[in-house]
Amino acid sequence: MSFDIEHMAMLARLKLTPDEKERISGQMKTILEYIEKLSELNTDNVEPTAHVLGLSNVFREDEPAPQPLADHNPISDSPAHFKGHYEVPKVL
Amino acid sequence: MHRINITQAQELLRSKKLSSVQLTEAVFSRIDQVEEKVQAFAHLTRENALEQAKNADTRIAAGEEAPLLGIPIALKDLICTKGIRTTCSSKILDQFVSPYNATVTEKLIQAGAVIVGKTNMDEFAMGSSNENSHYHPTMNPWALDRVPGGSSGGSAVAVSAHQCVAALGSDTGGSIRQPASFCGVTGLKPTYGRVSRFGLVAFASSLDQIGPLTKTVADTATLLNVISGKDPRDSTSADVPPPDFTQALKKDVQGMKLGIPKEYFTGGINPDVEKVIQDGIRTLESLGMKTVEVSLPHLDYAVATYYIIACAEASTNLSRFDGVKYGYRTDKTDSLVSMYENTREEGFGEEVKRRIILGTFVLSSGYYDAYYLKGQKVRTLIKQDFENALNQCDVIASPVAPYPAFKLGEKLDDPLQMYLADIYTISANLAGIPAMSIPCGFTSTENLPVGLQLMGRHFDESSLITVGHRFQRATDFHSKEPSL
Repeated sequence: MSFDIEHMAMLARLKLTPDEKERISGQMKTILEYIEKLSELNTDNVEPTAHVLGLSNVFREDEPAPQPLADHNPISDSPAHFKGHYEVPKVL
Repeated sequence: MHRINITQAQELLRSKKLSSVQLTEAVFSRIDQVEEKVQAFAHLTRENALEQAKNADTRIAAGEEAPLLGIPIALKDLICTKGIRTTCSSKILDQFVSPYNATVTEKLIQAGAVIVGKTNMDEFAMGSSNENSHYHPTMNPWALDRVPGGSSGGSAVAVSAHQCVAALGSDTGGSIRQPASFCGVTGLKPTYGRVSRFGLVAFASSLDQIGPLTKTVADTATLLNVISGKDPRDSTSADVPPPDFTQALKKDVQGMKLGIPKEYFTGGINPDVEKVIQDGIRTLESLGMKTVEVSLPHLDYAVATYYIIACAEASTNLSRFDGVKYGYRTDKTDSLVSMYENTREEGFGEEVKRRIILGTFVLSSGYYDAYYLKGQKVRTLIKQDFENALNQCDVIASPVAPYPAFKLGEKLDDPLQMYLADIYTISANLAGIPAMSIPCGFTSTENLPVGLQLMGRHFDESSLITVGHRFQRATDFHSKEPSL
């Protein structure tokens, strides 16, 4: 097992400070060592649990429902918006 | 006046011996008196509350009856409230105002509740001490140099210090039960799916559940009646009609079987806490319960399983906080990616970052099977342990936490030690079963509250309520108060 803090921070879109990188790396080592104890258990014939009550797909009738937010413009919640659009830094 | 519970408030309000405005004002004067010491709230909604109280008085005068009509309730600050900030005690949501109410908020309002404020918490419910709040820590009213537990520490303190009549919290790994235990109040995590999660800001979606923190088990039953039930807006809410939980208050425990899991009484438990729990079990025996020893052999693997699953889910759930759609955005916006990275670096606290990193790792290519899939398989084993144990008894009794409230700062530098504080509570989330903490006594040395945990079968909150209420009729631990 190799834990690469730079790579994880990149995947998680977190810009950690050098100090945080060092501290969190060290703590991860301890935590992952602890988690390693699960390998003591043989789980070859055990089904994974994704939902505790075994619920799978939940469907409803495809009918229009009341729209409680019909008069709310979600773009107004944005920290940066311009003429009814989300504003973000240049992508290309 | 501010000391009253829901049952007493209902009686006084209905008989018009007290108005909701009077009660709400009494609660706010109590808040003015003690909030500086305990800091239970992230923010208060005084004007709004007085408006709701006036409205409740009008409804009472018109002869209306509703279970919480005119009663001041506090909400943990990750439950969405339309027009009122919902911050999750995080910088990234500091100014966030939800455009809609959570289903539980709507149900409380419909039942006539007066919302006094939003309680402080560990950021995004990640923590066991309430020290991870962006705003300020919360202090335990029983000992101001100690933590109240977490992550619903603010809700537990607000109830314990009488800054509200009752509160809602959320429990992903013990976040209702552990602070309830540390603060000497009653706290229930319902069965997964019993209460809608719509409008609850998600931490770990397969584990999160909203529940009441109250002064008595009877109040828990009343509040659970209000918030339970299938919700078309939460597809994980269960299509199981809730019973009237107050009926469970009338039942006796005679002949009911109490399971004692042997694994919960070995190793790291504080002897003072163990004695209080053993005394509590003896009290239940003297009330007619039969104890049987049961085994939950995978207890030792619960913390590891939990931190894999909870952090994996958290890392995906929290990816929505990107500085685009709502919440905080950094000033450093050279490129789109650096805008994301800086927003999240500045907006999240360290514990949240740690869990996002851990969750990202266990889900990342090459490690998914070894960690995440393995965790989900061990989750099955833990769930089976409880099914087997609950075939031999009606309710399982155990400690809530291995020790009483610890000192502020004591575990802050050691995340693994902090995670291990949840060892007795997280299994119930992994198994999806209901679990409750009730005040069971005090440590002999420092007079700190200790909670007894009761766990039951899926959707059988009623048995927990029956046992808890019977215990509270025979004991007075729940009516003891911290001197503030």
